[in-house]
Amino acid sequence: MTRDRIDRLKVKVFGPHIPREVLFKNPVRFLLPTALLGVAALLLLISTFMPYWRMDLEAPQYPKGLELTVYVDHLEGDIGEVDGLNHYIGMRPISDAGELERSMSFLAIVVVAGLVISSVFVHNPCALVLSWPAILYPVIFLADLWFWMRKFGHDLDPLAPLSNIIEPFTPPLIGRGEIAQFETNAIWENGLYLAFVASVLVIVGLVLHRRAYKPLLEEAKKHAETASASAGADG
Amino acid sequence: MRHKRNRRSSGTWSRLVLAIAALTAFAMIGAVACSSDADEEPTATSAPSGSEGQLPASALEIAAERGLTTDNITAALKTYVPTGEHDEYMLFASGGHSGQLLVYGIPSMRLLKVIGVFTPEPWQGWAVGSSETEAILDGGNLDSGKDIRWGDVHHPSLSETAGDYDGQFVFVNEKANGRVAVIDLRDFETKQIVKNPLSLSNHGATFVTPDTEWVIEGGQFAAPLAGGYAPIEEYNEKYRSVTTFWKFDRASGRILEDQSFAVETPPYWQDLCDSGKLVSEGLVFCGSFNAERATGGIEDGNPPFEAGASAGDMDFLHIFDLDKAIAAYDAGKYSVLNDFPLISIETAAAEGILHLTPEPKSPHGADVTPGGEYVVVSGKLDPHVTIYSVEKIKAAIAAGTETTDDYGLPILAFDDVVEVQVEVGLGPLHTQFDNKGYAYTSLFLDSTVARWSLGGPYESLNSDPGWSLVEAIPVHYNVGHIAAAEGDTVSPDGNYLVSLNKWALDRFAVTGPLLPQNLQLIDIEQPGTEMQLLYDSPVGIGEPHYAQIIKADKINAWEVYPEVGWNPATQSVDPNSVAVGEEGVTRDGNNVTVKTTAVRSHFTPERVNVKKGDHVTWTITNIERAFDATHGFALPGQNINLSLEPGETQTFEFEADESGVFAFYCTEFCSALHLEMAGYFLVEP
Repeated sequence: MTRDRIDRLKVKVFGPHIPREVLFKNPVRFLLPTALLGVAALLLLISTFMPYWRMDLEAPQYPKGLELTVYVDHLEGDIGEVDGLNHYIGMRPISDAGELERSMSFLAIVVVAGLVISSVFVHNPCALVLSWPAILYPVIFLADLWFWMRKFGHDLDPLAPLSNIIEPFTPPLIGRGEIAQFETNAIWENGLYLAFVASVLVIVGLVLHRRAYKPLLEEAKKHAETASASAGADG
Repeated sequence: MRHKRNRRSSGTWSRLVLAIAALTAFAMIGAVACSSDADEEPTATSAPSGSEGQLPASALEIAAERGLTTDNITAALKTYVPTGEHDEYMLFASGGHSGQLLVYGIPSMRLLKVIGVFTPEPWQGWAVGSSETEAILDGGNLDSGKDIRWGDVHHPSLSETAGDYDGQFVFVNEKANGRVAVIDLRDFETKQIVKNPLSLSNHGATFVTPDTEWVIEGGQFAAPLAGGYAPIEEYNEKYRSVTTFWKFDRASGRILEDQSFAVETPPYWQDLCDSGKLVSEGLVFCGSFNAERATGGIEDGNPPFEAGASAGDMDFLHIFDLDKAIAAYDAGKYSVLNDFPLISIETAAAEGILHLTPEPKSPHGADVTPGGEYVVVSGKLDPHVTIYSVEKIKAAIAAGTETTDDYGLPILAFDDVVEVQVEVGLGPLHTQFDNKGYAYTSLFLDSTVARWSLGGPYESLNSDPGWSLVEAIPVHYNVGHIAAAEGDTVSPDGNYLVSLNKWALDRFAVTGPLLPQNLQLIDIEQPGTEMQLLYDSPVGIGEPHYAQIIKADKINAWEVYPEVGWNPATQSVDPNSVAVGEEGVTRDGNNVTVKTTAVRSHFTPERVNVKKGDHVTWTITNIERAFDATHGFALPGQNINLSLEPGETQTFEFEADESGVFAFYCTEFCSALHLEMAGYFLVEP
């Protein structure tokens, strides 16, 4: 009685259970989406150890150039030097930007990856809801980056030494730009590309996932309808 | 077109001129010329095979207009270093009585740096107020405590590993007051100055042993040791010289004064030394002059030193057995004078530490061949170079001798130890070596540099007969020392030689009666009689005596100090250095501590208030990490100027003994807002 109720709840949350013999008869149908979603989650985790975005700055005084590299949880590169230069135009120190995001990014990505993994076990359309953050993640990253760059490029201290020669600006998210004597080049790095690949894998994985379980779902639905109909007939 | 054809049909010589001139222009004018003269044909057709692209005729016009010969053109091509390119070698030249060390690039002969050593050097903040640098100079103060703030630098010696330069340190001597300095080549700054506790002066310094375990400081003027007094009439009895062996510790980059010792020598005036290497490792050779022990007195009718000290035909080459000296030192066979171990002449004789052998009078240099087999000595007043065989010296020492000098030191017979003498010209002075079996000896009186061929194992390295003069190339003028590329190591490079000329005369525009010295670069790449004079470089800051030339890629100098808060005197982070947020002025009674950071383009704090009579201790840290972002700090009224390289910390102290308002400012143009990098030091009455 109780067991039966739990089983029904399980089916409601996770969708239909696949009988062993069906699983083994169609390994590609069921395991491929699982593999794709698993790989996507793994790529997301790997990406946290890789740079996401880089800006190269070139000026005559810096024959070797300067660079700033953004990871999801920290910044690398010539931060001190860039901050030193930015103080002339009244920009706040770069490390003040996205502090909250950096501090929780790793945990957030673990959660996002965990949701992708959990969607493997959810055999109904809720899987899409669980994977949605992973699909949107790279776009959210870029949007957040743009938000901070715009904010820092516009909230300039009016009392800064060179405030009169610099108009508020937003550095480009990708490609070339110009700030005073510096030529900038924004480059997407491998971490971001991995996040995009993960995003695509999740979409493809979900499509296959849906394709694998949809017939079972419909069958279960039909079965349930038949069952209730027969129960009604009995009653 | 006809014009072009005429040129082409002319002789080989003119074609060579054309080719070389074209090459010169190509190198010098570069892209500009290439782009603007694409339609100029003639030179391109006469360019030697392998040259690139179109060569402009404008190069020929320049050469003609400036009256340049083919030799001039090749010299220009060999020495020109385009912007952004670096020199292949660095020359470390003593700065003479400027007290500094000079660093030149080769082949461009551009002055790269003047390293402050014995004399304050304001641009480097060297001993102009900073406690750290003043303390290093104070290390060379006399026992009386008297500050000495100049020096007479003669002979730099680069540190060696297995007899080859390793690019880590350079040592220099200071002749006038008998001091030795250690310079660290990570930051090209002086780290230590030691005053010889026994010797008034030095000359045979500095020379290192093949692994830089010892820095050799030969004395010069004999005097009562450790600053004592004795009348000149007691010269023979009471006056002495010493040769000092300073123990060097590579890890700390310091001479260890408490592990060093000296060997007493007779009152002959000591001259230059050289360490044995390879087969002669463990021996040290030092020349001497005034074996006559003349004491001057021209005013009393005595022969002046210049005559008295060169009356005899021979002086003494001193041959130290360093291993035996170390053994005697370790065994405690020394006395202690002025807190310094001194091995006496008697001990030196008894333990076989020191042998003498005659050498042609008034020599300057005892130079060991690359393989260590021979020692070349030139008596300035003898037209020969005298080549001693290390093998024969060792045999003569083993055989023993009954002959001694007046002080009981054994004298090896000249004929027993000399391999050969080679006549090279008048006034031979100092010898260097190459990798082709040649030696080079400066000839002061002839104003030439002689190339002569070595014999023995070197004979087969060139086609000239062994032990013979090959060529003497004129130099301008009065050459003292010479320096060949790595020419006193176990593996000379044999491409460049610099002649360190004492007189410049007509070589440069007259800049008043005090003329610059003249460093002349000579190409010694080709064997035989093909040496070529390449370039004259005026030295307007001092008189280089000796120099050494090291392959530039052996030196790994820092671009910025490794960490913020670095104290160059200790080569570590200074516990008192100032981090961002720690700046400020604190008072403890009359003692005021100021902590300042410097970064483009401000000091923090910018207002420093004290009261008259306060003792101020002020630390400044340059928190920059950017290559070349150096700040200066000048405080008027207190004789203070610092140079703060990226990451560097310096401290200075003074009494605020005068009330008033003093603007301090950055003395190194650091940024667009450099002029604004300033502050006020206010001393309330």
